[in-house]
Amino acid sequence: MAFVAPKETYPGKVFQVGIGTDKQAVFGGENVLTFHSFEGNVPNRALVAYEIQDIPPDDWSETVRKVYEGVSGDPVTWAKYCQDTLKARAIALRLLGTHPDRENRSAEDAIKTVKDVLSAIQVPLIVLGSNHVEKDSSVLVAVSEAAKDKNCIIGKAQEANYKTIAAAAMANNHKLIAMSELDINLSKQLNILVTQMGFDKERLITDPMCSALGYGLEYTYSVMERIRLAALTQNDTTMQPPMLGDVGMYVWKVKETQASEADLPHWGTLEERGIAWETVTAGALIMAGAELLIMRHPKAVEAVEKFVDELM
Amino acid sequence: MALTGVEIFKLLPKTNCKKCGHPTCLAFAMKLAQRQASLDACPDVSEEAKKILGEASAPPIRPVVFGAGSKSVKMGEETVLFRHEKKFVNPCAIAVEVKDTMDDSEIQKLADSVMHSEIDRVGQKLRVDAILVNNASNDAARFENAVKAVISKAPDVALILATNNPSAAEAAVKLVADKKPILYGADDSNAEAMAGIAKTHKVPLGVTAKGLDALSALTEKIKALGVEDLVIDSGARSAKEILEANTLTRRAAIKKNFKSLGYPVITFAQRDDHMLEALVAMLGIAKYSSIVVVSSIEKWKNLALFTLRQNIYTDPQVPMQVEQKIYKIGEPAADSPFMITTNFSLTYFIVSGEVENSKVPCRLAVMDSEGLSVLTAWAAGKFTASKIAQFIQESGIENEIRKKELIIPGYVAILSGAIEDKLPGWKVTVGPREANGIPAFLKSRA
Ligand code: SF4
Repeated sequence: MAFVAPKETYPGKVFQVGIGTDKQAVFGGENVLTFHSFEGNVPNRALVAYEIQDIPPDDWSETVRKVYEGVSGDPVTWAKYCQDTLKARAIALRLLGTHPDRENRSAEDAIKTVKDVLSAIQVPLIVLGSNHVEKDSSVLVAVSEAAKDKNCIIGKAQEANYKTIAAAAMANNHKLIAMSELDINLSKQLNILVTQMGFDKERLITDPMCSALGYGLEYTYSVMERIRLAALTQNDTTMQPPMLGDVGMYVWKVKETQASEADLPHWGTLEERGIAWETVTAGALIMAGAELLIMRHPKAVEAVEKFVDELM
Repeated sequence: MALTGVEIFKLLPKTNCKKCGHPTCLAFAMKLAQRQASLDACPDVSEEAKKILGEASAPPIRPVVFGAGSKSVKMGEETVLFRHEKKFVNPCAIAVEVKDTMDDSEIQKLADSVMHSEIDRVGQKLRVDAILVNNASNDAARFENAVKAVISKAPDVALILATNNPSAAEAAVKLVADKKPILYGADDSNAEAMAGIAKTHKVPLGVTAKGLDALSALTEKIKALGVEDLVIDSGARSAKEILEANTLTRRAAIKKNFKSLGYPVITFAQRDDHMLEALVAMLGIAKYSSIVVVSSIEKWKNLALFTLRQNIYTDPQVPMQVEQKIYKIGEPAADSPFMITTNFSLTYFIVSGEVENSKVPCRLAVMDSEGLSVLTAWAAGKFTASKIAQFIQESGIENEIRKKELIIPGYVAILSGAIEDKLPGWKVTVGPREANGIPAFLKSRA
């Protein structure tokens, strides 16, 4: 029996999202499953953004903290280092210091940080809150205004605070991350709620919540695959925004990226182990359909970029 | 493609004699279609029907085993494309390449590290499954020698003997035929000779061709020569090629029941850059390879790949459970906080992750609740005051900690009084409802 390649085409496609102004970065836009360019269009690479924060990364794992020693004391220097030395294509600034249990910085502090970083870099900026539902809604509204027309990504809007954040992102021409917890129906529901406010669905990014390799990765992986299949096979427009894997934050706190080789000799060298953990987590989420990744270690980013080169 | 109940019914005797234990032939046919009965139960079925049904019910991807004894490796038998549909069946084997151009001591060292690669993770033993001996020298004697060096250190590890030279193949396979190695390297130029060796020594054959067209033609040819336990390689080497070939192969087998590609796939992931190699191996594990061949087996890489394989091959329908016990996070002292939660793996991962985040050393009691999350377990009566009290008492924790204080999830605040009643001398504190409240909660107590 002769072989006939069982290629598939789909009625739906993923929205293409462009961010930034001077040096735009574009992701999404494919009409097939992840990197299935043999049966359709994959116009863009997955976009990897380097994560930085508004306060020094004192609680980051040693392996990744030491990479930024000397630059991470100040977000502007840190951002420039990522852009100029590491050739970051985008930067994700997490305003962790605004969290009430951390430095509890004010919205005004956050505005200043965002403005300073924006004026120092040309690559696009993603601005993330501290994942405190109430505080985020005031901080993210303020920074959305401060970054007006800079075409940033603002995040993350969750069920409990999406209204104010989405309204601010909309009024100031930003893209928006909508995050819900590891359930395709919750993701769909939140995307619907946000678009019902008049927010353009083509300016959304879905974050189905990340999990690290070995710590529930399979849940994120399968939720992402299901979201992507719904977008393509059912042409479900509520599931067609690109997806985010917020990898670094989840990976660099697990035991495998922290425990020393002296304590666990059968786990091998800590440095490579940590980098591999971030690399493989990010790679697996790319296979599941993520188009945007937020990562920390330059060597992990480099490996992922090489892998994407091979996939293109 | 699987036959429907009605299609199967048409092939049965239609006498409704009940000898199969079912009231009618149709009822039996329905059970067969759902794979809940075996055709053997009907004594009167015709030979022709047996043949048709046998072929139709054969798994779309042929089961193939290599290696012998407890370390043999089972491949194939997959039934779906996406892991959320149904559990992936036989986890992708990880094989490390040994070249016969390496010197003996190097080969033995690598074989030895394969022997010691086993790691225990969440109750499963994970290891490098196989060694691929590559006849890179193209010399039969060196090849044989390399195989000897491998088995001197790793006598029971599953083997893949890679050569396209039939005389080298014959000598090496003969040496280890009882270990049931895969003989890899049958191509269009040597198919008859290689199939002959595989048939004589009853070992699976690795078949390689450039592209899926040529590959399916070659597997048909080899099947006609009487060898059916095959492992296939389409020549895909870049990530892009591997993804394409593996996806089309799996789809052809499962959706089209295309038998000529219904075999386990071997993927060559070797790269000079070992972090990139980990990613290509990841691609194979996630997307349909039955064997991935790597060039090195550093412990850190093994751990990442084993863990990924475990994640991908987890049953999506059965909530993964964590072992019931008291986990130490950080290095808790006698007066560190003591918390309890249920053993749904996701609950455990999120809670333990947030405790780690807090940097406050803790003891976390994970109670068997049949893999349910806190609220569900409470509603189902698996996470009740008396069960919690019993678990705490039997755990022996009272001897380990100074303050008898138990922190319970905020969602089951209602249980606090009842637990205190059943655990004399204990104080129950209600923790946050959501795990992301844990760091603040713990820090506020410190
Ligand atoms: S034993 Fe065979 S013939 Fe008899 S009822 Fe069952 S299926 Fe029909």
